[in-house]
Amino acid sequence: MASISVVAGRGRGIRRPSALTGFWSWFTTIDHKKIGLLYGVTAFVFFIIGGLEALLIRSQLAGPDQTILNADQYNQIFTMHGLTMIFLFVMPMSAAFFNYLIPLMIGARDVAFPRINAFSYWLFLFGGLFLYSSWFLGGAPNGGWFGYAPNSTTDPTSGMTFYALGLLLTGIASTAGAVNLGVTVINMRAPGMSFFRLPVFVWMGLVTQLLLVFSLPIITVGLFELLFDRRWGTHFFDPTQGGDPILWQHLFWLFGHPEVYILILPAFGIFSEVLPVFSRKPLFGYQFVVFSGISIGFIGFGVWAHHMFAAGLGPVANTAFGITTAIIAIPTGVKIFNWMATLYRGDIQFTAAMLFSVGGVAMFVIGGLSGVTHAVVPADYQQTDTYYIVAHFHYVLFGGAIFGLFSAAYYWWPKVFGQLLSEGMGKLHFWLMILGFNLAFGPMHVLGLQGMIRREYTYPESLGLTFWNEISTLGAFVIAVSILVFIVNVVRTRLRHEPLETSDPWDARTLEWMTSSPPPVHNFDEIPTVHSLDEFWHRKYAEDKSGKLVPVQAGAADLDTPAHTAHAIHLPSPSYWPFVAALGLPIMAYGVIYSWWLVGLGAAVTLVGFYGWALEPSVAE
Amino acid sequence: MADVAIAKGHDEHETTTGLPHTKLAMWLFLSSECLLFGALITTYVLYRGASTKGPFPSDVFDIAYTSVSSFVLLASSLTMVLALGAAQKRDFMRMRLWLVTTAMLGMTFVGGQVFEFTAFYREGLSITTNLFGTTFFVLTGFHGVHVTVGILMLLSLTGMSFADRLPEDPAFPVEMVGLYWHFVDIVWIIIFTVVYLIPTGPVGPPGGG
Repeated sequence: MASISVVAGRGRGIRRPSALTGFWSWFTTIDHKKIGLLYGVTAFVFFIIGGLEALLIRSQLAGPDQTILNADQYNQIFTMHGLTMIFLFVMPMSAAFFNYLIPLMIGARDVAFPRINAFSYWLFLFGGLFLYSSWFLGGAPNGGWFGYAPNSTTDPTSGMTFYALGLLLTGIASTAGAVNLGVTVINMRAPGMSFFRLPVFVWMGLVTQLLLVFSLPIITVGLFELLFDRRWGTHFFDPTQGGDPILWQHLFWLFGHPEVYILILPAFGIFSEVLPVFSRKPLFGYQFVVFSGISIGFIGFGVWAHHMFAAGLGPVANTAFGITTAIIAIPTGVKIFNWMATLYRGDIQFTAAMLFSVGGVAMFVIGGLSGVTHAVVPADYQQTDTYYIVAHFHYVLFGGAIFGLFSAAYYWWPKVFGQLLSEGMGKLHFWLMILGFNLAFGPMHVLGLQGMIRREYTYPESLGLTFWNEISTLGAFVIAVSILVFIVNVVRTRLRHEPLETSDPWDARTLEWMTSSPPPVHNFDEIPTVHSLDEFWHRKYAEDKSGKLVPVQAGAADLDTPAHTAHAIHLPSPSYWPFVAALGLPIMAYGVIYSWWLVGLGAAVTLVGFYGWALEPSVAE
Repeated sequence: MADVAIAKGHDEHETTTGLPHTKLAMWLFLSSECLLFGALITTYVLYRGASTKGPFPSDVFDIAYTSVSSFVLLASSLTMVLALGAAQKRDFMRMRLWLVTTAMLGMTFVGGQVFEFTAFYREGLSITTNLFGTTFFVLTGFHGVHVTVGILMLLSLTGMSFADRLPEDPAFPVEMVGLYWHFVDIVWIIIFTVVYLIPTGPVGPPGGG
């Protein structure tokens, strides 16, 4: 066994903390696995909050002329529901899996910049808390997650100022995280791990990070302009002074559409890992799946105006964006056929993880098909701002992304915690969720085509919308029950303390299963040398002459490295400074709303954080 | 159990591409910044001539003045290169000299910008006056903040060199700060051309937006 030394620095400046366990170690950790866990737990808490907001929305809409919420409260709730699910749940939950798994899957000991990783997490957390603090400080954002001007610039409450600043904070966090993970994939692969031996999950991770790097700066500019308009009386989106509110829509959707792929590509990566493992076949057409993911990334920047067909851009622009929107369905379709071909004649095991992946692909196909109908401009005129759109994006983002994330949770749970979640409860969770999901969002297609408008807080009985709304609300509560089943499953598993019998319970294919479950702090005793795609599988199995799988002789698959190769592994020490540097930024954000001296204080805290960071002793002293 | 003490100056971990992580990250960050400034410049260009009332660009711009301060900023790219050259030769006195010179040229530029902003303000142009004021001050102000951050980095580097806190390879941080500094200079060339040099043309009532 190699030994790990995490040495507390004794150089000039404040000593680095050295504790790797205990409560306070979570504040100073720079281990990608612990940060991944922090991301995961935080995102799940926000998921519960966002889900409760959804239940409030559905309760309000359960019947005609309900008064559970008034119009103003309803606006705040649906805005916060959208912001929470997108920026505080799906994005950070994907970041949780990327953080935890990418270094393990590429055979690295950590990410490229462990302290920036911690900084990203803390800033994400503070950004989320900042957004939620608006409830107690004059009202939450109420202009929708898209924040269209001039509604967002003229609203008299401070909600949309919180929106602009909160998204700027989480945006900085995501940009730092994206640069970090991008460099990790490009620059920290194990020997032999060429780009085309990367697991598809890592590939989709890389594409997602690049999308973030190139799309977040655009929304950053939009948010700054919105902030300046609201706070300092500029005229970016002010038509009375020659400004153009449509500019906001362009900036927002130039970010907003790549963002959609930022939310779904991680799930595509998850499907591409889970389906082969439980079909006991390699992924069909690996390179097609990779290249279609890359092309989705590129084309995703050329379709934004399909969100704006009704904004009056003119027939030429609408036609052009209608065509690009239809084109992006092609690489997406390629992936779906590849997944189906992976299942074809496979030795399929319907575990909970597999069910969520197969179910996720199926639900995503439904959402994708309704998406293609939006590409037809005249049809889109009818669908815009109706519940048909709500149905569409819940099928892709809930049906696709969230089913994918739950699939990942069941699949990688033993990797992270060294225990198996109950398969029985997992399957119950799946069937309840897919039932509730279709009850909740299927009827919205009908409601939308009947003309029910998005974002209206109530409707009169005379419109005849009551029945499908009742069904939809019923479905939402079934989803809530399914999430309760998941939570009970997690708690029960944690209480039982039944360790895994093997560190590779699924007979999996990729590098992360080569180390123990949960992995040691240094990930691998010896960094593996990679010879092929699905390296771990090929170390376990060979084919005989007739093409049948035969296990490789014992010993070859035993991956604990013998003692004679042991050498010391040096991991960087924990650090206080990422927390401090991140803490200053929300203080500055409050300052923008309340007082300049708070801005100065926040800037000072951040500067102290960064200087402490730059000057703290390296472990190598 | 083998626990080897860590040698000082332990080699950078080998990377897949051979490039240091920090350099790769800096390029990714700068490519992200390209889109940040791209979106800001686009906003400015879209709103050219859209102001409903004056002062207009031709009323306030002093091209000669701004040309000089632009030249000062461009000259700082040269001194930045000289600082890097000195760092590579481990000539720390010259390296500090050129780093401080670069910072001072940057400060001259930012000072010139502050003076320019004040002059415009006296002539009746503020951030709220009209669309030109809004887009002009926010775009050039964003750039000014970037230069200021660069100055802070240059001075920090100089301070760390005096305190003997630079890493084993002192040229590396100088090169990284230099990448950022050159990027900010190049962005100014574009802003100066688009904002100051290309004439606005006839100013009319707000067009089709």
